[in-house]
Amino acid sequence: MSFSRVLERLVQLPIVLLGVSVIVFGMMALTPGDPVEIMLADQRATEEQAASLRRDLGLDRPIAERFVVFLGNAATGDFGISFFHRRPVFEVIAERLPATIELTLVALLVAVLVAVPLGVAAAVKRDSWLDRALSAISLFGVSLPGFWFGILLILLFAVHLGWFPVGGRIPFGAEVPRLTGFLLIDTLAAGRPDAFLRALSHLALPAITLGLPTAALLARVIRSAMAEVLATDYVLFAEAKGLSRRRVLFLHALKNALIPAVTVLAIETGSLLGGNMIVETVFGWPGLGRLVVESIFARNYPLVQAAVLLYAVTYVLLNFCADLLYAALNPKVRL
Amino acid sequence: MSASVAEPPPLSPTALALRRLAGNRTAVAASLVVLLFVLLAVFAPWIAPHDPADADLFRRLCAPAWAAENTEPGYWLGCDALGRDILSRLIHGARVSLSVAALVVCIAAVIGTLAGLAAGYLRGWTDTIVSRLVDTLLGFPYLVFAIGLMAMMGPGLHNIVLALVLKEWVFTCRVVRGETLAAREQDYVEAARALGCTPRHIMLREILPNVLSPVLVVATFRMAYVIIMEASLSFLGLGVQPPMPSWGSMVADGRDFLVDAWWVSTLPGICILALVLSINLASQGMRDAFDPRLHQSS
Repeated sequence: MSFSRVLERLVQLPIVLLGVSVIVFGMMALTPGDPVEIMLADQRATEEQAASLRRDLGLDRPIAERFVVFLGNAATGDFGISFFHRRPVFEVIAERLPATIELTLVALLVAVLVAVPLGVAAAVKRDSWLDRALSAISLFGVSLPGFWFGILLILLFAVHLGWFPVGGRIPFGAEVPRLTGFLLIDTLAAGRPDAFLRALSHLALPAITLGLPTAALLARVIRSAMAEVLATDYVLFAEAKGLSRRRVLFLHALKNALIPAVTVLAIETGSLLGGNMIVETVFGWPGLGRLVVESIFARNYPLVQAAVLLYAVTYVLLNFCADLLYAALNPKVRL
Repeated sequence: MSASVAEPPPLSPTALALRRLAGNRTAVAASLVVLLFVLLAVFAPWIAPHDPADADLFRRLCAPAWAAENTEPGYWLGCDALGRDILSRLIHGARVSLSVAALVVCIAAVIGTLAGLAAGYLRGWTDTIVSRLVDTLLGFPYLVFAIGLMAMMGPGLHNIVLALVLKEWVFTCRVVRGETLAAREQDYVEAARALGCTPRHIMLREILPNVLSPVLVVATFRMAYVIIMEASLSFLGLGVQPPMPSWGSMVADGRDFLVDAWWVSTLPGICILALVLSINLASQGMRDAFDPRLHQSS
């Protein structure tokens, strides 16, 4: 990607973000069913009360005006009131977000730790059994439904072997005061290594469920990038200079092979956002994904709308970062 | 003058591709598995040993035939929490998976091809609108988009198809637009233009036949993905509604009984994996046979 391409993407970014907001707003505005009726469902409200609520929410305004208001509010983090919690949507989401981010980060860590050695090994030993096994596993990885993989892990490691808990984030009695919302940090800050370990064991299965399919994909990318790098002159030269195999592989070759991997990883992080909804539902993980799924069934539309917008904006920004990173890391692109 | 031996007519590109495909043993085997699922789906009412909706609490969570604790002969794969025959539900579930996937992929291929042709050939504002729309839709993680739409429209078979098509056409459109942009500069298109053919004629009669094989390859690849999507939505309870059996919702049904009845969740997952894996293998073979250039796209 050239510098001009980065500029082009920079110009496109606001257009895509605007388009995304239009679609998210449209999903909501075109929904059959009246939000006021849902809000007042369990109360005996008069016609006038309903009309006044509708006026307060701005629902009697023309749709274009409502969109502008929605956009302005969204930009300031105001997504309205969660019907269910009777608190600002922003607050409810902010409360759940750390759990989701923690899970995503650990899943990414799992993916990198598995994919890098596997990808490098497969590239070094091209066409070996390991290389062939990797392509088979990758195909498996993309064919595996995430929710079922999670259930299999629960069956094997939680139900039968009892190594990990079945679900949840932390057991009763191990809770620590909320500091950052990231349990791995909070437990350590509270000086509770026992609680840290328990939080970690709760994290293990969901993080593996999310991380391993990503690892399969990532390992393939690293393998082909590494194979390409290993065939270049500078690697041959480094070897001819008499540098050790390990030094050549990990210092000289891997650095460049990781460029496409970083890009793929940034994009995959966005896909993990969708995967989170599934995995959090399977493991009863109290994050944003599960909150969204629950809100759908509670017809808590403002929250669903805000979360979908948040997911999409994050995804767009991550893709944009992937492009920037690619341009920044790749010396062929650097200006 | 000697009568020369009749030369066999040169094979068409399609025939060549099919010949290459037939030589790929993995792809052929995978295609047969897919075919098996299709046959099961089509003839489900005649093949399924029981009514998939027939509940009987006396058969609740009865074990598969090979398990020692199997108590209900004739219910080979056991029963779910309502005592419904799992084998019959799996066979009927294939109908949901395959019909949603086929519908979504076909409709999306038609829309995507037309949009891609128009954007790539007409350029100008058509291209701008289509490309921005494509960029915007790509701005949503797939599952988030589908879940958002299903949340608003409510569950059901029609809505799943609609929600998935609204995103799925983008993938075909991108490929077709790229191919059309390239075709636009080629001599045969230029010739057609010089002959005074209308843009519609050029797009549908000249360019379309040349982009069909990438469309076919993309469609088969996407089919695998759509099956997982439908299963995921149904797993979350946003897909087809009971009593219609879907593999995704069957996995969800068994979640509460993992300790006592592992088969309820496990068996439908095996079906999803087997079908999706076979489609992926078959489409890899198709890609290699039909369009070796497409190695990078999925």
